[in-house]
Amino acid sequence: MSMKPFEQIVAEHGPTVLRVCRAVLGPHEAEDAWSETFLSAMRAYPELRPGSNIQAWLVTIAKRKAIDQRRALARSPLPVEELPEQPANDEPSVERDDELWSALDALPRKQREAVAYHHIAGLPYAQIAELLGNTESAARRAAADGIKTLRATYQGASR
Amino acid sequence: MNTTNHASQWNTDADLVAALPVADEDAIRRLHARLVLAAEAEGILDVGYRTIDTPVGSLLLAATNQGLVRVAYAREDHDQVLTKLAERISPRILHAPARLDRFAREIEEYFAGARTLFDLPLDFRLSTGFRREVLTHLSEIGYGKTASYASVAQAVGNPRAVRAVGTACATNPLPVVVPCHRVVRSDGTMGGYAGGPEAKHTLLRLEAAA
Repeated sequence: MSMKPFEQIVAEHGPTVLRVCRAVLGPHEAEDAWSETFLSAMRAYPELRPGSNIQAWLVTIAKRKAIDQRRALARSPLPVEELPEQPANDEPSVERDDELWSALDALPRKQREAVAYHHIAGLPYAQIAELLGNTESAARRAAADGIKTLRATYQGASR
Repeated sequence: MNTTNHASQWNTDADLVAALPVADEDAIRRLHARLVLAAEAEGILDVGYRTIDTPVGSLLLAATNQGLVRVAYAREDHDQVLTKLAERISPRILHAPARLDRFAREIEEYFAGARTLFDLPLDFRLSTGFRREVLTHLSEIGYGKTASYASVAQAVGNPRAVRAVGTACATNPLPVVVPCHRVVRSDGTMGGYAGGPEAKHTLLRLEAAA
């Protein structure tokens, strides 16, 4: 079986990985994490075992990059710049979505990651347990608890 | 990965998560450009490519760090060509217009009738042995001239290899730039071409007019 050109990997998985990075790290670090993830993935790509689950592979790398980034931030806390957030976006749903993102950002870290890895990246809980260093049932519970909180926000905001 | 077997829970949760905004195209475009730069800087962009619009249709241009490695006509199916490149050279391939700038510029000048000779680094790695030898000889056929398959065979020192010259031309990985379109049949008819007879005709007419 032949490997797809890496361009195709970026096209197919780039948007999802960005959402995962956004969900796990928040808006400021998401793009750096995405860049690190894809550069690192491209470096290793020729050696990837044929038939591997590419999305799971990318999310695993992203998880590692997120840890690196959090460590780096902890070591040298940067003054938080007042960056204008997302450029103005005229999608009608934007207000509700922003509320949802904030609710996601406010979740405890494991819940937030479990939601991102399962509901955005589509990983099975067994794999998420490996990423989070817990058990499959703990991962499932974390995602369920996270979703419960999010749904409260979502329904509060839009229904 | 989206399964339907735990549908009831999944649907509502999916609804919820779907409400998180999708990554916007601008961000992805910006990140892609950043990836190309970083990969280039690190020397891991093994093949960069882009397409250009020409009088003979959309051409795919692909380059390694050694030079132009592939020019492909639309009828060859660009996606398939890229898949082949991934197999034969490396899967570390990105759409990287900047790497192709100088190649695109000279080819555009050629189609505008403003260039009769290409001055570009070429990477012949997709062609080996006799075929490669034939290709390196083709550049000796000047702009606006033609040569027969038989005379090319002679020029390569193998006058009986007329058919092999035909194959070398048909499998030229760098059409337009390596002028296999200037090789025609001894009876004056055009002969085949990877870009189709019409493309060959267009190129010959362009060169005859200039």
